Amino acid sequence: MNSTVKSTANAPLLSVEDLRLSFGGVLAIDGLSFGVGEAEIVSVIGPNGAGKTSAFNCVTGFYRPTAGAVRLRGRDITGLRPSAVAALGVARTFQNLRLFGEMSVLDNVRAGTHLRIRQNVFDALLHTPRYRRGERESTEQAHHWLDFVGLRGDRYGPARALPYGEQRRVEIARALAREPDLLLLDEPAAGLNHGEKAETLDLIRRVRELGVAIVLIEHDMGLVMDVSQRVVVLNFGREIADGPPDEVRRDPEVVEAYLGRDADEAEIEEARASVAGGRDGGA
Amino acid sequence: MTGPGDQAPTGAGPDSDSDSDSTTGTPTTGTPSRGIPPRRTGPRGAGPRSIASRLMDNRWAGLAGLLVALLAPFVNATPYALSVMTSAAIFVMLAAGLNIVVGYCGLLDLGYVAFFAVGAYTSGVLSTRLGLPLVATLPAVLVVTVIAGLVIGAPTLRLRSDYLAIVTLGFGEIIRVTANNLDVTGGPSGIYGIPGLTGGPVSFYYVTVLIVALAVVGAARLGRSRLGRAWRFVREDEDAAEAMGVHTYKVKMAAYVAGAIWGGLAGVLFGAHLSAISPTSFTFLQSALVLMAVVLGGMGSIRGVVVGAVVISVLPELLRDLADYRYLAFGVLLIIVMLVRPQGLWPARSREAAQ
Ligand SMILES: Nc1ncnc2c1ncn2[C@@H]1O[C@H](COP(=O)(O)OP(=O)(O)O)[C@@H](O)[C@H]1O
Ligand SMILES: [Mg+2]
Repeated sequence: MNSTVKSTANAPLLSVEDLRLSFGGVLAIDGLSFGVGEAEIVSVIGPNGAGKTSAFNCVTGFYRPTAGAVRLRGRDITGLRPSAVAALGVARTFQNLRLFGEMSVLDNVRAGTHLRIRQNVFDALLHTPRYRRGERESTEQAHHWLDFVGLRGDRYGPARALPYGEQRRVEIARALAREPDLLLLDEPAAGLNHGEKAETLDLIRRVRELGVAIVLIEHDMGLVMDVSQRVVVLNFGREIADGPPDEVRRDPEVVEAYLGRDADEAEIEEARASVAGGRDGGA
Repeated sequence: MTGPGDQAPTGAGPDSDSDSDSTTGTPTTGTPSRGIPPRRTGPRGAGPRSIASRLMDNRWAGLAGLLVALLAPFVNATPYALSVMTSAAIFVMLAAGLNIVVGYCGLLDLGYVAFFAVGAYTSGVLSTRLGLPLVATLPAVLVVTVIAGLVIGAPTLRLRSDYLAIVTLGFGEIIRVTANNLDVTGGPSGIYGIPGLTGGPVSFYYVTVLIVALAVVGAARLGRSRLGRAWRFVREDEDAAEAMGVHTYKVKMAAYVAGAIWGGLAGVLFGAHLSAISPTSFTFLQSALVLMAVVLGGMGSIRGVVVGAVVISVLPELLRDLADYRYLAFGVLLIIVMLVRPQGLWPARSREAAQ
């Protein structure tokens, strides 16, 4: 399994190696490589349609890459089904909120505990002590993570009844309840107001303090530059930069991708403001 | 990473045995403690529950329903009335089984009667050909229905839901046509002389009610377990469920097999009740009626589904006076109910009981 020179022992938490993905001949990702170390925050930026969400889908098993490999601590996880990737300690959120709308907020977060609860059909039918213990622990953990993300709304009501910003928090709580080593956040601040964005920034920092590595897709450059150790820039599926925020910010190719040629600093600022709060329509 | 082990106590209450929907670790009986200010009020919401809402709990509703079923023969114990009530109880079991598949897991199954037939024929064939008592056929019935569930489920559950409906419909017909053409199943004339479970119709009615009550409670408990939540995750958003580590294919298979077992055991009761079965008992109409019971009652709501099943099975009998018009009246009534209450007579709550 470990065919590369890297040994499993000192392999990075996540390494994406020359990933390619095409949809009927159209290249959505054309050679993407990056690594994520333990408890590191790496941001993936790029214009709409650049292939950011597709890259997440390749890492989490929702898409099978046309070529390339995804490794978790050196182990090849390319082509595993999403639930198997999740079982290895990878959790994600979705660009367009994907909550279990008709279920209670608590049940949504209990989903993250699914793999840890030990309970079989007979426990459930006979309500054995193990059933009770599992349910109690699941509920306690759900409350813990809802506290952690600072949910203010009603936990017992259906998730769809919460305001949008609160739903975003529930989705993050659900992912955290999986107790991942690696968390992928697809535009967690999209559609949030200024105050909510600041809270999300704080939340991302607190998650990292738990020892969780984060890959972040985000259009708000202020947020990205503030929180990331490294930034990967995609443009039309191609990786055009990978480095610390300050370096990437000055990279001529990045500036060009966002602005067209010969941009000056003022225009860069303007572009930053305009991409902040941008949306895109991918899954 | 920091697990929830270091959290402050959240004070999830003692376990309760209540059957209210999706209640986990929150008591529905017993008064909420008022001495210690619960950390979880305020944003976590919900004050003490009203008496009315307690009475609507599945536990009380279920006990009331069981009481009605047990007392009914004292009101009217003619052979006809007993037969109608026994059929209704069996129909409740079918609806409870289909509710696992359609209501909990969101898989539209238009051929559910296939499992009903497999159960009825397996016990019918074994008891009449081998002279076995009906109870002795149960292990074989379980094995055969589980296999039927796996065989029908394995290819179909990989399909998108709209295709699933069509393919299950096909499987329902295949089972019926097979029964119609095999010698061992008695061809079009079916199987006669299936032994009963008990001495007489009254005792059989009570045994049926007991078994069906257990089946209903069992389905409700499965619905409130880890597996039951996984079924609903799949129903609500399959991708999000996968992302949380739920193997959606296995979870759907589990729903399908559970539905198959419930349907198969209902089939055994059906054969014992009528002592004769034939392919005409297992048509698409039967699948459609069970589905109607689930939708009419409220998908995913065990209380609602029981009510829906009783309505669907008893209403045509109550409309007997209308003679030829009774099915017309039946249809019109159903349409009116669905227009007035599209969520079903007694829909599932998406709110879970708070302390
Ligand atoms: N399931 C799909 N089928 C076909 N094309 C897709 C699919 N998913 C993404 N794409 C295409 O891949 C490209 C990258 O999309 P996406 O990864 O959503 O970009 P981003 O998240 O960077 O905005 C787009 O051109 C998009 O239309
Ligand atoms: Mg995207």
